[in-house]
Amino acid sequence: MANTAALKGINGLREIRRSPASHLAQAMETGSVPGTVVLKEGPFQTMAGVRVDPNSEESARIASVAGGLPARCGEVSGKEGVSVLWLGPSEFLVVAPEEAHDSLGGDLIGSLTAALGDAPGQVVDLSANRTTFELSGPRARAVLEKGCALDLHPRSFTPGTAVSTEVGNIPVALLKTGEESFRLFPRASFADYLGRWLLDAMREFASPEVP
Amino acid sequence: MLLISCPNCGSRDETEFHYGGQAHVSYPENPNELNDREWAEYLFYRDNTKGTFAERWLHSTGCRQWFNMLRDTVTYDIQAVYPMGAPRPSTAVPAAAEAGTASVAADSTTTGTTAPGTSATSTSPGTTKSGITAPEGATK
Repeated sequence: MANTAALKGINGLREIRRSPASHLAQAMETGSVPGTVVLKEGPFQTMAGVRVDPNSEESARIASVAGGLPARCGEVSGKEGVSVLWLGPSEFLVVAPEEAHDSLGGDLIGSLTAALGDAPGQVVDLSANRTTFELSGPRARAVLEKGCALDLHPRSFTPGTAVSTEVGNIPVALLKTGEESFRLFPRASFADYLGRWLLDAMREFASPEVP
Repeated sequence: MLLISCPNCGSRDETEFHYGGQAHVSYPENPNELNDREWAEYLFYRDNTKGTFAERWLHSTGCRQWFNMLRDTVTYDIQAVYPMGAPRPSTAVPAAAEAGTASVAADSTTTGTTAPGTSATSTSPGTTKSGITAPEGATK
């Protein structure tokens, strides 16, 4: 996804930032079937990896900045615009809009770092670590089920849950944002592979149904 | 494909895990006092059990946590999942509720002629629950 807003900062380099799957934008446009399944790369996001003992005082401070820390697998906490995904018992991924990054006028990373202080743990800026794919439409689940062994049926995978799992044999964090919309967070180096994998999985829905 | 019940995440495919070898191989108390043969045995020599085997696993694409597992190397029956550092449970402990559901069937063995009775210890219902059953993860 190219420029979403005329953001200043990063010494004017924001304008030349390219997302890991930007070269697939055209293919995703043509490969999507509006009303059935639509794939696009999401906007840049600010992400921070947090490792902290969830029973400690510093985790309470971080929770107050991030809007809560999820307690178990699948849970997502957060506040307006900020989601905190559970990656492990003491490992969390904070996802926020791009503007929340310190270099663009926000204060997310800095305030998380300040909340941790000198306590054991870490807050790492992972904004460039993962990209975002947004998969939506009535057949989005059918596309994901081709490469994900989890039970994605709405009775067990409800909107607002996120799991770290495998899709198309690569590790992704999979977030369900709505009844028919998913957000996938693959590592940047897997973006090309996963983008093409999803496009291939979507292709059958562009064809007329075989009776 | 094994379905392994991660203590943090619930049942997941075997491909999400990495095998960590035999569990409960303790570091020698005084490594300097070992001779070369004893040191080599500590480093490289592992049991090759036919039957119930305690081994370490890492949920590498999920929560990235290690845990121990009791698995039958003949039937692939998962008999217990317990945390690192915990002592090996006796094999009479029933398996975690979700453990090994994919592989208790006799046709999943590699030997074909195995007697089906070996899985009876792990599936006896309704007795003491081990404290390490998997939480209701998103996969439940």
